[in-house]
Amino acid sequence: MLRKISFIFVSVVSFLVAAVCAFAAPPIKIGGLFAVTGPASFLGEPERNTAQMVVNEINAAGGIRGRRLELVAYDTQGDATRAVQAANRLIKEDRVVAIIGPSTTGDTMAVIPIAERAHVPLVSCAAGSKITSPVKRWVFKTAQNDALAVARIYEYLAGRKLTRVAILTVSDGFGSSGREQLKANAARYGIRIVSDDTYGPKDTDMTAQLTKIRGSQAQAIICWGTNPGPAVIARNARQIGLKIPLFMSHGVSSKKFIELAGDAAEGIILPSGRVIVADRLPNSDRQKKPLLAFVKDYQRHYRAEGDHFGGHAWDAVMLLKAAIERGGDNPAAIRDQLEKIRTFAGIGGVFSYSPADHAGLNKDAFVLVEVRNRDWTLVK
Amino acid sequence: MNLGQQLAQYILSGLSTGAIYALIGVGFAIIHNATGIINFAQGEFVMLGGMATFFFFSALKVPLVLAVALATGVSTMAGIVFERLAIRPLKNATPINLVIITIGGSILIRGIAMLLWGKDTHSLPTFSGDEPIMLGGATVMPQHLWIFAVTLVVIVCSKLFFSHTISGKAMRACSYNRRAAGLVGIDVRRMVLFSFAISSAMGSMAGIIIAPLTMTSYDVGVMLGLKGFCAAIIGGMSSGLGTVFGGLILGVLEALGAGLFSSGYKDAIAFIILLLILFIRPQGLFRRGESERV
Repeated sequence: MLRKISFIFVSVVSFLVAAVCAFAAPPIKIGGLFAVTGPASFLGEPERNTAQMVVNEINAAGGIRGRRLELVAYDTQGDATRAVQAANRLIKEDRVVAIIGPSTTGDTMAVIPIAERAHVPLVSCAAGSKITSPVKRWVFKTAQNDALAVARIYEYLAGRKLTRVAILTVSDGFGSSGREQLKANAARYGIRIVSDDTYGPKDTDMTAQLTKIRGSQAQAIICWGTNPGPAVIARNARQIGLKIPLFMSHGVSSKKFIELAGDAAEGIILPSGRVIVADRLPNSDRQKKPLLAFVKDYQRHYRAEGDHFGGHAWDAVMLLKAAIERGGDNPAAIRDQLEKIRTFAGIGGVFSYSPADHAGLNKDAFVLVEVRNRDWTLVK
Repeated sequence: MNLGQQLAQYILSGLSTGAIYALIGVGFAIIHNATGIINFAQGEFVMLGGMATFFFFSALKVPLVLAVALATGVSTMAGIVFERLAIRPLKNATPINLVIITIGGSILIRGIAMLLWGKDTHSLPTFSGDEPIMLGGATVMPQHLWIFAVTLVVIVCSKLFFSHTISGKAMRACSYNRRAAGLVGIDVRRMVLFSFAISSAMGSMAGIIIAPLTMTSYDVGVMLGLKGFCAAIIGGMSSGLGTVFGGLILGVLEALGAGLFSSGYKDAIAFIILLLILFIRPQGLFRRGESERV
């Protein structure tokens, strides 16, 4: 008797479960690792916001192949240990089919072995070129390589016969990666680095370094850092009456930089993703449509300007969506489909992944912009 | 541009940074003298000054002068509340416990500031224009003159206060011998409260006058606090000229080191000096060694 009852019970339960599955397919879970707090929060916060916004929008439009997308996001605090813990949790407990992030190169490098071992595709939002070079089977990235930004600046300098350059880089991961690329690529463009200085991320006065540069033969300064250092440098350069042109990195390509540096920002040139000049792009630009959509949505949801950091997460979610649409939600299929994506116009640039290239961008991902009248203008 | 001009610029830049270190260092010294503890939350009052000024000025659209006054008031109140809630309730705590409490307090204040005002860096307008002033081949901003002036005024006022007022003398008495000061009728606990109020006000002044030059955010206090601490150590924890010279020496050495040697070692210079002083002359550069009174 007991056996009969339990048999019926089990059949009823399995029927109900099967029915639920058929009528409402479970959501497709993707993981997010973002440095929402901590020193890299300027990356992680807009990335998390953007990823959530895009996921909500995809769901509002009916999801992917009729299934809802669910974002499980954890805060890494820009700390590699936490990133590793969170990645394990995403894979083992939340059973996500793909991971977006982490935000910084350091976090990403720590998480790569885990994603590789678990065979879960990782779409990093960090810029370091070592993430995808050499190519790792399960790792992709959406942020532009520093080398591409360096190439843009050097091309401009070489075109104007400014060959003696001083570099001033911040002593953190972003700055030292930039410094490496600046030094490695100089010779190719016939550029000589005559002065190589650094400053601390929390330094409040850089007149000493700039005075040293003024005493050197430099014809231009390239500064590599994220706010607020470059703004201090711009002000200090103006204070000591430095006349040579000042270049910044894409690390400060947001309105915040102009706000902080004030008048001292005038005339500064920097490479940037197209997002800050979206409305000034010609209509023929393939990225114009997604860029305008992103900027408008971000403004509506968060009352802040969408920047290219958020754009990395936008690209990551949209690339995953494209891959899942084509090949289903199996991690291996997602990976294969990601690798087949060609000329996908996103925020950071036009992505074309291939088995030999998991970064997907070329130097057209950057444009040079100049600060004029407290706004960005495209440098031709 | 010759070496002489470069040197002039290094020294001038160093002096203006050093003046800030001095102002922060004096705050350390005042509390140390009254209570025997090192208040590692001192840097957070510097941050509070700058951030509160920004808040009043930009968010509440208060005129700059009033914003400065309000921010100083807010920071001073924060100092008083900090003493009341975190220092006073501990009757028989050892100095090391109190020091650890101040470190905890500094993390708390920083966290509150982050939640209140966000993680962005903010900038304040300069008090009197952005036109650099030439001084014998070197340049300074008008704001640097404000820094020198405020430091000078604050130091002179504190000197007068400690030498010529009853409260000031009472605080000095506490610093020499708390028990004896208590026995002659000085309210030692009130003096401790005073010392927190004065040093948080000084710290916030420092934070306010540098904000237009260096920007401000919720986490500027850490490094500035440490540099101020170095200045106070060089000056032998004197609440007067010793610490001022300590700050100026530190600022100039940093600028010279960054300019003439390598900018990568700028912070290292400050902390190497700190270690050297602690090893070789723990009583500070300018103070004669004191024998322990038994």
